[in-house]
Amino acid sequence: MTATTHTPGSRLHTAEPDQRTPVLSARGLVKTFGKVVGLDGVDLNLYPGEVLAVIGDNGAGKSTLIKCLTGALTPDAGELFLEGRPAHFKRPQDARDAGIETVYQTLAVVPALDIASNLFLGREKRRRGPLGTVFRMLDQKGMRREAAQALADLGIGTLQNVAQAVETLSGGQRQAVSVARAAAFGSKVIVLDEPTAALGVKESNQVLRMIEEVRSRGLPVILISHNMPHVFEVADRIHIQRLGRCAGVVTPQSHTMPEAVAIMTGATTLEQNPGQHGA
Amino acid sequence: MTTTTPPPPPTTAAQQFALRRHSPLQRVQHLLHAHPAISPFLVLVIAFVVFSTLNPRFASPNSLSLVLQQVAVIGALAVGQTLIILTAGIDLSVGAIVILAMMLSAKLAEGQGLPGALAICLAIAVGAAAGALNGALVTRLKLPPFIVTLGTLSVFTAIGLLYSSGQSVQATDLPPVLSWTGESFPLGPFRITIGVVAVVVLYLAVGFALSKTAWGRHVYAVGDDKEAARLAGIRVDRVLLGVYLAAGAIYGITAWILIGRAGAASPNAITDANLESITAVVIGGTSLFGGRGALLGTLLGALIVGFFRSGLALAGVDDQYRVLAVGLLVILAVAVDQWIRKVRA
Repeated sequence: MTATTHTPGSRLHTAEPDQRTPVLSARGLVKTFGKVVGLDGVDLNLYPGEVLAVIGDNGAGKSTLIKCLTGALTPDAGELFLEGRPAHFKRPQDARDAGIETVYQTLAVVPALDIASNLFLGREKRRRGPLGTVFRMLDQKGMRREAAQALADLGIGTLQNVAQAVETLSGGQRQAVSVARAAAFGSKVIVLDEPTAALGVKESNQVLRMIEEVRSRGLPVILISHNMPHVFEVADRIHIQRLGRCAGVVTPQSHTMPEAVAIMTGATTLEQNPGQHGA
Repeated sequence: MTTTTPPPPPTTAAQQFALRRHSPLQRVQHLLHAHPAISPFLVLVIAFVVFSTLNPRFASPNSLSLVLQQVAVIGALAVGQTLIILTAGIDLSVGAIVILAMMLSAKLAEGQGLPGALAICLAIAVGAAAGALNGALVTRLKLPPFIVTLGTLSVFTAIGLLYSSGQSVQATDLPPVLSWTGESFPLGPFRITIGVVAVVVLYLAVGFALSKTAWGRHVYAVGDDKEAARLAGIRVDRVLLGVYLAAGAIYGITAWILIGRAGAASPNAITDANLESITAVVIGGTSLFGGRGALLGTLLGALIVGFFRSGLALAGVDDQYRVLAVGLLVILAVAVDQWIRKVRA
């Protein structure tokens, strides 16, 4: 496979695994902020059951790309496809309704509310019968039970009391709550924005295990990270963003960490270094 | 491996620290964190014991019934104020909205003009509209609630006074249903007014909405962390607008309770309502920073203020001591709130 052009829409990158329909794909995304070009015609494919890492230097367009995929921004040009069908997200809620769950860098958990309330925030369950329909009463017990189950599913044994306020949790535990929320409700795609940036080694490993757990259920994950060891540990493919464009897609097998970083920083290009299996 | 990660932080010592036994003080902190209504409850109990020791008449059914009637109006206003403070806002226009709603409906109902039931509905509608205006200014123009309600405080007061020409309307000139809230009935040894019953119903209804419905969760979430609430899919502006509108409607109901209590619709009836309602909320343990607190605490806070008024009067002490004591309580309550907020696992 020769990777010579950057024409939007063409299949040009190495390490495109197969011809399956991507769960989520972007074609020729453009997003500008005045004269600043955030995205300059970006393609992205996310296949079923894979972890796709998005790496890039500051200002490479990682965040802009992710925001366009999750409805936080609307691209100026280009198309999104969810399971092959065109998708248009005007606000984050649209993407969420379509089955794309995002774990934001800020986590978006409410400190004063307990773990179960945070897991179900914005989509609370009501009691059955007139208590729920007429009086709109919450099914507190049911939500707590399901929250405990969702946490246990991801192998988070340390959070036993789902009635505990989130503000009493450590950074890693808060991250776990946030990931558990995404995993519990994301039906198509889960997007994690720098999930290990604020965490220590042990907590980071826990989050990486959770990502693997989510993948093992068949849910594809997009992972944005600065942390190369973490990316190389869990990613199946790595989308390298550079100066608003996709500088290539590599895999942990085709390229080493320094090689990926070299492409990311522009020290080399994918054409100059097509990798072990790519060319 | 070439690694860009920072070296692992020394977690073992920190983990040991996390596993330390909590001191009794820390346990109190955790308990108060989980149940913010405990501290006002303790204050209320202590106040009751102290005042009934100072003057046994304090604990008599007559005196306690009177306290309830006195507390009713501020207690009702404090329900709306609690909703707004939970969203990290503040409402300085409470009293102004009550006066506007009360004078508008009383003037129209005076001398059998508007039927009583319609006049009550009008008062609630005017209150809701005034609250919605506050809410619209807060959510659409993104103005701070303090400024918005400081402005509407003057605007609503002026309209109320201009419309009523600053004159009271006696209850005798009004349809009887407007002053029905002042009627009382015996309940055991106590005398309870309809107004007190209305306040209890208000607390039950709003308390249920806050603690048992998704809307209540969203009110707390918006007050605690607006951005997190937005990212979680909550329509923050809609929640805020709803809170201000609901608070306004509650002030409208309060106007009805006030006519019964005062026996007239008077534009000078509740001059201190703003500060007193905020006082009740704060003493009740609701955080001025939003997202924390409970309506039960507000009820206790309103009762505490009522107990101090009645208890110190019966003890034969100058009323300024009540003012002084309430002031100290407010400072104490906020200090406790700050302390509770520092709680960690």
